[in-house]
Amino acid sequence: MDLIHSLVLAVRLLEMLYKEFAHVLRRQFHFWRLMFVTNFQDAEGYRMSIDINGSSIDLPSDTRVSLLDLLRDHHDMVGTKKGCNQGACGACTVLVDGERILSCLALAVQYEGRSVITIEGLSTGGALHPLQRAFIEHDGFQCGYCTPGQICSAIGMLGEVKRGLPSNVTDDLGSVGAIKLTRDELCERMSGNLCRCGAYNGIVNAVTEFAETTK
Amino acid sequence: MNSFTYARATDVADAVQRGSAGNAKFLGGGTNLVDLMRETLERPSALVDVTGLSSAITEREDGSILIGAAAKNTAVAEHRAVRTRYPLLARAILAGASGQIRNMATVGGNLLQRTRCTYFYDDDGSRCNKRNPGQGCDAFEGFNRIHAILGASPTCVATHPSDMCVALAALDALVHVTSTQGERTIAFADLHLLPGNHPEVETTLKPGELITAVELPVLSFTQHSIYRKVRDRASYAFALISVGAMMEVENGTVKEVRLALGGVAHKPWRALKLEASLRGRPATNESFLAAAEAELADAKPLSHNGFKVELAKRTIVAVLVELAGEVA
Repeated sequence: MDLIHSLVLAVRLLEMLYKEFAHVLRRQFHFWRLMFVTNFQDAEGYRMSIDINGSSIDLPSDTRVSLLDLLRDHHDMVGTKKGCNQGACGACTVLVDGERILSCLALAVQYEGRSVITIEGLSTGGALHPLQRAFIEHDGFQCGYCTPGQICSAIGMLGEVKRGLPSNVTDDLGSVGAIKLTRDELCERMSGNLCRCGAYNGIVNAVTEFAETTK
Repeated sequence: MNSFTYARATDVADAVQRGSAGNAKFLGGGTNLVDLMRETLERPSALVDVTGLSSAITEREDGSILIGAAAKNTAVAEHRAVRTRYPLLARAILAGASGQIRNMATVGGNLLQRTRCTYFYDDDGSRCNKRNPGQGCDAFEGFNRIHAILGASPTCVATHPSDMCVALAALDALVHVTSTQGERTIAFADLHLLPGNHPEVETTLKPGELITAVELPVLSFTQHSIYRKVRDRASYAFALISVGAMMEVENGTVKEVRLALGGVAHKPWRALKLEASLRGRPATNESFLAAAEAELADAKPLSHNGFKVELAKRTIVAVLVELAGEVA
């Protein structure tokens, strides 16, 4: 019995260790493979990093990896969603140095040295971001697949409004300062994020409420 | 996606040196190129990232504005001098794509984006002379509602997708380019080509030539402009028809007019016939309609896009009527 118990404990311990260090091992293995397979002696010197939600992450050696795949497939950060993977739906929206971009059309290597915030980086200490709470409050989703992109996009969008970036429906291009976030302005500015459940009314209400409280 | 090497250009000389090698391509924001590479319609062996080169927007002493090719679309539309002195350009940019894409896309890349013809993208199922020269064009007798009505050829009926380029065509912008052979300036109208028998050749850029800047020349009447885009949904869609126009009216007579169309041709379509027939004419609905008809006289609609001819005329007239009211 003691032997079986010990074995079970040992397996659990290994499992825990693996979960903790799997990504480190995987990354290291990637470089070893690179060095052996391509005889790329200088692989270590080419290690480049990108800051994701405050953590420095090594860039992949394969230049084809998109920022979206880097997040989802290489680092198990599956909050950012892959919808169309061709820049038509906005589900993959993340913030780079505060600006909203589409991570599916971004090669990870292009963003070396930049700071990326994803949906995982918005909550603090397990507490939801106020905009996340507003989405729940206003039924801003049904299936939820577009939600991380909607939320990151809305945060970037509100920054643009604050600094006075006009939109296609802004009457006066010559105006200076923050732009009044009317419903038309909000809908035009969020048009890069599709919601196939059609939760648009809830999304508009959630973003409007959040914008009001953070003026 | 095929594998490729990636390098960031440190300056223009470095960029053109790297860009002259083999099958290299310059990379801007990647919003079109990355997608085309994923679809294997573009297969560069090397990418030279030029987003670190000049993105400055400079007002020069003579009043012209020089926009570094790495400037993001958002930055151009947001720039105070562009908004107040060249509102047509700001409006055209803001009518295109989405907030996220405008934050990524560069000016240089916007000029070189490729058609969104669905047959061009359908690598497995359709013939396309642009993708595979000499193969044939399945759009010509296919579903061609979104295709060209002006300047097309039986080999290609694709349209140029850019809104920004429509404004640049109307503004007579200049395109500054550099290669290992040196620098030169191309008039905007001479940058893009009609398809003819070689739709795979889309611009007059030589291999390895890099767009470094776009220059907005001084024009006296750029403040009075309208960019109107007609599309299948209210936002985030390519143009069925777009009209970018500026007009100067004096004592009820058209003194100057610049007008370009989007969504109608393989290149941003400068309406030179319309402009010629309007100059010196009374600024009335009748002259506007006559000028629009003169411009569209050579239109050759396909089986599904005949509506574009009428839509173009009506949009042109509506824009000019509004401009005449604004400047009268």
